[in-house]
Amino acid sequence: MAYSEKVIDHYENPRNVGGFDKNDPSVATGMVGAPACGDVMKLQLKVGENGIIEDAKFKTYGCGSAIASSSLVTEWVKGKSIDEATSIKNTDIAEELALPPVKIHCSILAEDAIKAAVEDYKSKHK
Amino acid sequence: MNYFSLYNLPEQFEVDLDKLKQNYQTLQKMTHPDRFANASDQQKRLTMQKNAQVNDAYTVLKSPIARAEHLLQLRGLELASEQETVGNVEFLMQQMEWRESLEDANDVASLQLLAKQSDDDIQAQTQALSALLATQTDEDNKTAAEKLREMKFLFKFKSEIESKLDGLDA
Repeated sequence: MAYSEKVIDHYENPRNVGGFDKNDPSVATGMVGAPACGDVMKLQLKVGENGIIEDAKFKTYGCGSAIASSSLVTEWVKGKSIDEATSIKNTDIAEELALPPVKIHCSILAEDAIKAAVEDYKSKHK
Repeated sequence: MNYFSLYNLPEQFEVDLDKLKQNYQTLQKMTHPDRFANASDQQKRLTMQKNAQVNDAYTVLKSPIARAEHLLQLRGLELASEQETVGNVEFLMQQMEWRESLEDANDVASLQLLAKQSDDDIQAQTQALSALLATQTDEDNKTAAEKLREMKFLFKFKSEIESKLDGLDA
C-alpha cells in the first residue's frame, strides 16, 4: 500500500515526540489502543491556566498512518482551548493525510486520544 | 457457518489439535477439486466453495485468537471486524512500557528475555480466556471479548519481538 506524501513526511519527521510528567496537574494524558492492529498511542497536552493548550507531545507504537495521525494532532491542538481540541474529528485527520479506507481506524485512534486526554484533564480539574 | 460443526468438533475453546488436523485431511480429500474433474459445472462450483470453507475453517480453528473470536461470534458477539478503541489505561501503560523495553533491547539475550515474558503472559491470558469461555454466561462472554481485545496487543508485541530477533540473525 502506498502512503501519501504527508504521511511519509510525518513518519520520517514526526513532530513533538516525547512526553511530559503525567502527575503534573497542568498535563493531560490520553492513552488509547486499537485491538485491530495492536497499536498503542499516548497523547499528552500541557494546558495553561487559561485553558489553552500550550504544548503537546505524543508517543505511538504502530504503523506509519498511526504515527502520522498522532503527529498531526499535536500540531493541530496547540493554541486551541480544551473544548476546541475535542472538535477535531477523525475525518479531518484522514482527509489531511489522505488515508485510505483501511487506515481510517488510525485517525479514529488519534481522535479518541484527544478525547481521552481531555477527560483526564477534566477529572484532574473538577 | 459454524466451523466447529463443519469439523465435527465440540463447540468450545479447547480443541483437540490432532483430531482437528485429521479431520482437515479427510475433509480436504473429500472436497479436492481433482476428484470432481468429470462432474457437472454446478457440482464443481459447489465443491470448490466447500473446499474454500474447509480451508478457512482450519485457519480459524487452529489459531487460539481466531477460534475464540469465532466462538464469541456464534454466541452473538462480533469482534473480528470491529474498530473499537481500548481505553484501559493501566493495561495500555504496561503495553507502552513493554514496547519501550523492546526499543531498548538490541542484543539476542535481552530480546529472548522479552520473548519469554511475552510467551508466559500469552499463556496465562489464554488460560484465563479458556476459563471465561467455558462458563457460557453473558457476563463471562463479555469479559472474554475484552480479554481477547487485550490479547491482540500481546500477539502484536510477540510478533514484533520475533521480527527484531530475525533482523539480528540476518
